Amino acid sequence: MIIKGKIWRFGDDIDTDAIIPARCLHTSDMAELARHVMEDADPSFPGKVKAGDIIVAGKNFGCGSSREHAPLALKGAGIACIIADSFARIFYRNAINIGLPILESPQAARALEKKQEVEVNLQEGTIKDLKSGRVFQAAPFPPSMQDIIKAGGLVNYVRKRVKQG
Amino acid sequence: MGMTMAEKILARGAGKEKVSPGELIMARVDMALGNDITAPVAINEFKKIGVEKVFDRERIALIPDHFTPNKDIASARQSKILREFAREQEIVHYYEVGRMGVEHALMPELGLALPGEIIVGADSHTCTYGALGAFATGIGSTDLAAVMALGELWFKVPPTIKITYKGKLPPYVGGKDLILYTIGQIGVDGARYKAIEFAGPAIDELSLEGRLTMSNMAIEAGGKAGLMAPDEKTLAYLAERAARPFNSVYPDKDASYEKEITFDVSKLEPQVAFPHSPENSRPVSEASHIEVDQVFIGSCTNGRLEDLEQAASILRGHKVHPRVRLIIIPATQEVYRQAMEKGLLDIFLAAEAAISTPTCGPCLGGHMGILAEGEVGLATSNRNFVGRMGHPKSQLYLSSPAVAAASAITGRITHPREIVS
Repeated sequence: MIIKGKIWRFGDDIDTDAIIPARCLHTSDMAELARHVMEDADPSFPGKVKAGDIIVAGKNFGCGSSREHAPLALKGAGIACIIADSFARIFYRNAINIGLPILESPQAARALEKKQEVEVNLQEGTIKDLKSGRVFQAAPFPPSMQDIIKAGGLVNYVRKRVKQG
Repeated sequence: MGMTMAEKILARGAGKEKVSPGELIMARVDMALGNDITAPVAINEFKKIGVEKVFDRERIALIPDHFTPNKDIASARQSKILREFAREQEIVHYYEVGRMGVEHALMPELGLALPGEIIVGADSHTCTYGALGAFATGIGSTDLAAVMALGELWFKVPPTIKITYKGKLPPYVGGKDLILYTIGQIGVDGARYKAIEFAGPAIDELSLEGRLTMSNMAIEAGGKAGLMAPDEKTLAYLAERAARPFNSVYPDKDASYEKEITFDVSKLEPQVAFPHSPENSRPVSEASHIEVDQVFIGSCTNGRLEDLEQAASILRGHKVHPRVRLIIIPATQEVYRQAMEKGLLDIFLAAEAAISTPTCGPCLGGHMGILAEGEVGLATSNRNFVGRMGHPKSQLYLSSPAVAAASAITGRITHPREIVS
């Protein structure tokens, strides 16, 4: 799967309260969550983000609570992929489980800047800066996680397993 | 080569002789829990899986605690989803308003989190039960849906960091101070993807309550779990509560740790985390100029009986500063009852504090004490991210119940010995 999009930049330790504040957690509707996505980190973000955009962030993206509403809000806002130096553990699981592509690449996280355009190849884990042509390699997913991604998320994966008995 | 506590418990859950860090395993889960924010999403996903019944109705806990008693129509709708699912699936451990508590205070109190067990919860502070010797970790809602269907989940075996606390605890220094100091030292991602083993004489000295406070905040250092080996205090605590038989797990003497850290705590001051991160911890003496508008004592971190006793011992005979609002929330109905029987509620009321029914409430900026723009709060809870307790331009500090109580009296962040002398 190839994703091409424009970059939004965020820093280190972006927590789940910044991604979607608790005051919005009375719903799990993706479109409604998307209206408040990242608003405490950048109030203009929900109004400006476009479907297909890509987030590039520093270390420990998604730290804090276990709320799946965080990746749901990002997915609802049309974010096609998140590239970070590193992800917090529960956010990483949640993103995979709901089918939001995420890639860990410290090099890309350092080099890429706001509004740059990149092309991401999820199978190969490559991130290409379309202006300079520079290519960054992200760590590949372990095979068991690829199974979950291939099945289209954890629920489909479990459904398949349940059917097999 | 031996195994750490986390490795041993995960090996047992996966039915393996040995596991190593980095290994991906499927492991049986002893207990799974969700709350009124995370479980509705999980229930929705569970229904898509296509199984009729949950894997075991005695091994799932559903606890509406975040926005309860429901603060508005939308949150009431969320709780209703939980309630109806609990009835339909005949979930044994569903705790309704009036019988509930903040989930991570309630689970240990009811003996539902036990040594050697694997416990997962759709709430990041599930790591609290590490203090009882369980491998307990936070998961997402879709994970919870999978566990409710299968009774098992995939895990990546984490490497373990061992942190040893040497020395005798000074007065007014407890579990909250140790963990805030630790996060200050290793950072909010210092234990990312890793298990922590807390050990040493200062941990032995702590009560179970103080230990639960420490493990509760392992996640604030990015930790997957924060474990403590069970001792006589653990077994005494569980003697009258344990809901199931259990087998304690201890680390092997030749276990392999990714890193070993030792802190000497004999001269540690009470700690305060400055905005907007739990890693911004400093000695309380460096915070004495900070004036506060609101103080909150409660939460899964510090809403247990010992916490309220500590607060009461400082508030006794004093009044809350005229400029300050003090909100005290016993974490469970049982804590509430014991606080009443021991006369703590009288002390709080005489001090002019507001006392609420159990709820997570203000900890996550839900309800029961939200900060306005520009206001300064001091809380015994676990996070002080931007906007955590209300307006994005409010400021939140974190401390122990003793520091919180002292600060409510003076109106600025205060070392408890200034009050009790």
